[in-house]
This record gives sequence, C-alpha cells and structure tokens, in this order.
Amino acid sequence: MFDGLKFRNISSPMHRIDPRAKFIYVLTLFVVAVFFNQLIPLLILFFSQIPIIMIAKVKKEWLRLIKGSSFFAAIIFIMNVISLHFYSSYSSFALIIEQASAMTVRFIVLVESFSIFFLTTSPDMLGLSLEQMGIPYEFCFAFTTAIRFVPVLAEEAQTIIDAQRSRGLDIEGGNLMKRIRNYIPILIPLIVNAIRRSLELAEAMESRAWGATKKRTTLYVLKMGKRDYCLILTSTIILAVSTYIWLFIKIPTLTQILNIES
Amino acid sequence: MAIIETRNLTYTYPYADKPAFKDVTLRIERGEFILLTGPSGCGKTTLCRCFNGLIPHFYGGKLEGEITVAGLKTSEHPIHEIAQHVGLVFQNPENQLFALTIEKDVAFGLENLGLPRDEIRRRVDWALKVTGIYDLKDRAPFEVSGGQQQRVAIASVLAMRPEVIVLDEPTSFLDPLSAKKILEVINNLNKDLGITIILVEHRLDLAARYATRVIIMNEGQIILDGEPRKVFLESEAALIGVGIPKVVRLYMLLKRAGLNISNVPLSPEELSKSIMEAFTFDKC
Amino acid sequence: MINVEDIYFTYPNGVEALKGVSLQITDGEFVAIMGQNGAGKTTLVKHFNGLLKPTRGRVLIDDIDTRHVSVATLARKVGFVFQNPDHQLFSETVEDEISFALKNFGFDEKTIKERVDWALNILDLTRYRKTSPFMLSGGERKRVALASVLAWDPKILILDEPTIGQDRNQKERLRQFILQMNHQGKTVVIVTHDIEFVAECEPRVILMSDGRIVADGSARNVLTNPDLIAKSWLLLPEITSVLLNLNNLGFPANVMDVYEARDLIIERLGWDRK
Repeated sequence: MFDGLKFRNISSPMHRIDPRAKFIYVLTLFVVAVFFNQLIPLLILFFSQIPIIMIAKVKKEWLRLIKGSSFFAAIIFIMNVISLHFYSSYSSFALIIEQASAMTVRFIVLVESFSIFFLTTSPDMLGLSLEQMGIPYEFCFAFTTAIRFVPVLAEEAQTIIDAQRSRGLDIEGGNLMKRIRNYIPILIPLIVNAIRRSLELAEAMESRAWGATKKRTTLYVLKMGKRDYCLILTSTIILAVSTYIWLFIKIPTLTQILNIES
Repeated sequence: MAIIETRNLTYTYPYADKPAFKDVTLRIERGEFILLTGPSGCGKTTLCRCFNGLIPHFYGGKLEGEITVAGLKTSEHPIHEIAQHVGLVFQNPENQLFALTIEKDVAFGLENLGLPRDEIRRRVDWALKVTGIYDLKDRAPFEVSGGQQQRVAIASVLAMRPEVIVLDEPTSFLDPLSAKKILEVINNLNKDLGITIILVEHRLDLAARYATRVIIMNEGQIILDGEPRKVFLESEAALIGVGIPKVVRLYMLLKRAGLNISNVPLSPEELSKSIMEAFTFDKC
Repeated sequence: MINVEDIYFTYPNGVEALKGVSLQITDGEFVAIMGQNGAGKTTLVKHFNGLLKPTRGRVLIDDIDTRHVSVATLARKVGFVFQNPDHQLFSETVEDEISFALKNFGFDEKTIKERVDWALNILDLTRYRKTSPFMLSGGERKRVALASVLAWDPKILILDEPTIGQDRNQKERLRQFILQMNHQGKTVVIVTHDIEFVAECEPRVILMSDGRIVADGSARNVLTNPDLIAKSWLLLPEITSVLLNLNNLGFPANVMDVYEARDLIIERLGWDRK
C-alpha cells in the first residue's frame, strides 16, 4: 500500500505542475469528498480522478494502492453496514448498502487524491515549495534530509538484523517479553549509528559554509505557470459547483434511480 | 605567503587525558600536493579538522599554539568563513551528500553563501564538468557508485572555489580501480587548477606518485616531512609501520644487491623503466 | 564443507545478484572472494550462513541444505564478521558483547566464562574487559566484533572487507591472525578488494563479476592475469605490473612477491653479465 505514496520519478504533465497548485487541487478534492454523503457524487469524484492518473502515468502504483487499501476499505464497509443497520433510520437494505458504499468510496477518494500528490511530487520540490511559502530553511532541510536518508536507514536496519541473527539472535521465537528484549541488540546499534551519522552530516554541512548568511539563495526556484493556474482555476470551479449543488440541489440516491423497493 | 601555517600546534579533545597531537609546526605553500600519512591514531585526521576550523569551533576541546589559514587565524573566524578557503572531503561518501539530486548537492555550499542564482548555476556546471560527472547531475546520490559519490563530494567542495582541498582517506570504501580514478581527478585539481591538496591516505602505492611532499605522523607528532622519494627511503618510515609502496621496497632490495638504478620509483612504470635502463647500461 | 550448487539469487527489488554460481570449499581452506562493488561477493557469502536463501539452486553446509534450517543453527558453524563493527555492538561492556552469542547458543556459565577469557586474550583485549565498546577506537571495535564471533569457535569464519581503513600494522596483524586460524583447522573466507593484502596472503582466489564467477584458482594465477583483472575492475599487484612491463626481457608474468622479484632480476643480471 505504501508504494502508492512514494514519489515516482518519471516525467509527466502532473509531475511538472507546481506542488502548491497540486496541493490546492488535492485539498479541493478533500473538501468536496467531505461535503457529499451520497454515493453518486462520490462515485463521480472517484472516476474523475482516473484521467488524471492516466496523464500522470502512475497507473501501476495507483492500482497497487487500491489493492493495498482494499483491506481497510472492506473494514469500513462492514462497520458502516453494521452501524447503519442498528443505529440509523434507514429501513431498506439497499439504502444501507448504498450508504456504506458511499463511505467506502469516500475513503478511497481521499487516499487516491493524496496518492496522486505524493506520486507526482518529488520530496525536494516539496521542500522547495515549503521554503518558498516562508517556512524557515532549517525545517525544509530537515524534511528533505530525512526523506533522503529513509532508504539508507532501512538498509542499515536490515544489515543490523542480519548481523545479530548471525550471532544466534532469534527474532521470531519466545514469549512477548523475550521478543521485546530481542529488539535491544537491534535498536541500540540503529540509534547509535543514526547519531553518528547526524554528527558526520553536521560536520559536512559546516564544512560547506552552513549558516554563512541568513539570506540563502537557491539554484532552482518554483514559478507558477499557465498550467498551474489552470489547475487552480479548475479546482476553484469544482469547489464552486460542488458548493452550489450541495446547497441547492437534492441528490437522488442510486436506490431511488434504480427503483429498488425494500 | 604560506597558505597554511602552524606553530607549536597542540590539540586535546574534550575529556581526553592526552593531546591528539603536539607541537606541530608546518608551512604549506600554495600549489603543493601533500600526502599526510601515519598509523591509525597518529593524529592526521584530527590535524585535518584544524585546517577548516572544525577544530576548535565544532569539536571544542583545547587548541594551543597558532594556526593561520589563508591569512585567517582559525580560532578567530567562524567555520563558514574558513570553509570558503579550505574545503574538506570526508571518508564516507554517503554521509556528506544530503540533497536529492547530485546537482543540488553541488549547489548546497553556494546556496549557503547566498550567491546569485546565475553564479551558482555557472559554478555548479563547472565543478560537475571538472570532476567528470556532468551527465549524472539529475541522478540521486544514493543511486550512483561509491567512486561517483566521492566525485560529487569533491565537486560540491570545488564549487566553492577554495584555495585548499583537504581529503580524509577518500578511497577507503572504493575498489582499486575507482580509487585510482579518483586520485587522478584529485591530481588534476592540483596540476591543472593549482589547488593545494592535502590528502590523508594509507594506500601509498596508489597515491605517492602524485605527491610533491610526504608528511608522516606518529603518536601525535610529525616524524618525517619531505619529498616522497627521500622520505620513503628513511628506515624510520618503515619502522613506524607506514605502508611503503612495494616498488620502493623492491628498489631498495635491488640497490642493495648491486643494481645501479637511478631514481627512487613511485609507480610500477617508473621502476620498470629504471630497471630497463640499468640493464641496457649494464650491457654496454 | 561448503557446497554451492548452481545458485541464482534475485533481490526483492528485482536485481539479479547471482546468475548461476557453483563452487566448493573444503574444510580448512583459505579463500578470498574478490571483484568490484556490486559483483555479488557479499550476496554470495550471505548464503553461507543462511541469511539469504537462493531463489534457484541450493547451498549445502556440511551436507545440510540451508533452506531447511534457521540462521541461528547455521551460525553455530559459520561465523560471519560484518564489515562495520558498529552494526553489531550494543552491550555495556566488551565482556557482555562477547558473551552475547554464547548466551544465544545456550552455552553454560562456566563455558561462557572460559570462552570469553580465551577470545579476549587471543585478540589482545583483556584490558578492555569492563570497558564500554563505544569508548574504543575504530580498530579496537573491529577486534571486539571479531572476538565476539570467534568466541563460539565456529569452524567456518567469514570476514567481510576486513582491511578497510586499516593501517599497515593492523593489516599485518590481521594476516597473522588469519593464518593462525587457518592453521588451527578453520575454514576462512574473506571478501575483499584489497589486492596487495591478498597477494601477501596467497589464498585461493575466486573472482566474481556481474553475478558470476569468472575465475577460481591460486592467487598467483588469478591476480596476475591482466584480462581477468580488467574484467573485475581490480588492479594488478604492484610487483606483477613491474615485471609485466619487462616482459620482453623474459621475466615471468606471475610474480607478486618483492623478494622473488629481486632474485629473478639479479639472477637475470648475472646471466647478462656472463
């Protein structure tokens, strides 16, 4: 499931859009998904993402994400069915199914929209946009550096586990207390090495004139272009239309349309 | 004027009971290629950190004596000022590269200095080209090999245009061929660009041929200091446990056995040539 | 005995690190596995103690298929010393560190004490018995890691890049140590790209490149072959290079030792003078 949230380094129109524009778009989706309780608008929202995913060329990762979140989706569905049956005024079975489906689809839409954001935004673009939004450089740097070192730390954790297993450490067996104790030979080297690594990084940073001036410049700068404003405009329109519908139009349920009587 | 000058320099780490090195008096001129070596714990790594101000500012401890780098007294200037004159490349490539693309890593130091964007662009492209990694500029640091990572580290220091570059055992984690290549890059910085190089190394067989001067330390003191061809012949060097290049050892054995070889060799090619000459000379 | 039968190994991320490797290491051998970074050396030796199981083919340690037993069981026979000691040090004292594996393997108190004393002694660490491993220098931590593996007396010892960052004296001590272990009947396998070190030890050399074994023979034959060396991103030993350049004078091309080279050259000079 987490593969769907990791940056995919390819070139696509979505990738080239400014992270700030994308964020506004994702936020809009989020808000609209929360506006509506009914299945039909939520389904529309879900399917409307598909062209975006195709444009962003991230179909494979997205499918993996859907597959991965199906477990949670199933739980949400079941819990909704149960609670609607016992605690709501819905009498018809079809309505209950529809409602539970709506909640499930909403969950998927939320996950889907965040996924698009993270799949198409590289961490340093993200860091850069944070910087340009005025967040102090130290935080942005900490953010991108943390991301840079995640694969390194993961590999190191695996090496430490290997090294201790080679000394007879049995991670699987034993009761709970023993299992917890067995993590000490893994956690301590991990932490010690992380600290050592940070010190080495700090040395390297100092040696490259860190802190020389408060007015840091950057090699790249994010400039909002036509495409980005387009997306923001589209998001605004979606928001406006959705608000109108939400306020003034009564949305039929699927059950009513299909004329299913209970 | 010497680019680095020390007088009776002594440094003790915080909480240590004896100094890491004592009474080091050195003069390093512009354009030298210095090979700094000695057994583990001799103080060479510590000495390097004095050259760019990490000692005393980052490490604390007690620094006695005098040290001037590019005319600046290191104790009186912040690291970010000294770092513009002396760049330091560390042993482990992984922990000195922090950006998500190589290009941004090379730009890091320049961004810190607040240089205008087009100047950064120019210097980044130049540094990448000099170190031969221009095509890798959009790749992530962890995607490339160890040798390439060290080139990135060198490029990111080079971009700041320091007069001196100090490299602390840069070939430790590299395979022999990558080690040879990176030493050639470092040599070009010295011979083509006139940058003063201070290289800390154990692998003298690969590095000695580029050095104009060898400094051997042991237990916190400078024991030998001079031209490589003279220093390696000193019996003290072997006694301390410095890895005298095998070609020098063979040279000494041959000389002792009566063969008339002219130069002390610093590479296999040099020795082969000298032996060849000695043979043809002998035939006459 | 280690038997590797045509193994293939692909990492979860899809990289095929071993592409059909077969070899046999008999008890008491001293083997160096060499090749460039990424050739598959470490991947291969991780199959010897079961950390990795082949995706195709099998590995037998004393006739036991590694796929059928746990790492802990195999570790009893195969001691693996990792490249970076900081990946395993975690205890409060050196003594605790060394007894860690012994406790895992279920040795009794008395034996543990004996083995700890022995390991401390053989690696000259007795004075650090009660010291925290984190307070020691890099070289000393490497010795503690080695001691903690030796303590349970595995019959096969694997050392992953033991010479990185070591000075001449440390390497010489390591060389003596390996010879001593070998002399005591242990099988020693080192993974390294340190040519001069291997040239001095003269073990059996297995050369790997791109997931395959490209050469398997004596150090003298493998390390002095320019084609093989070029294929595996290594360099020829210094002395070999010297004599190779003098090849037209009729010098043999497989000499690595300084004294041997000297003798050959002087002898040749003697002929010429006559």
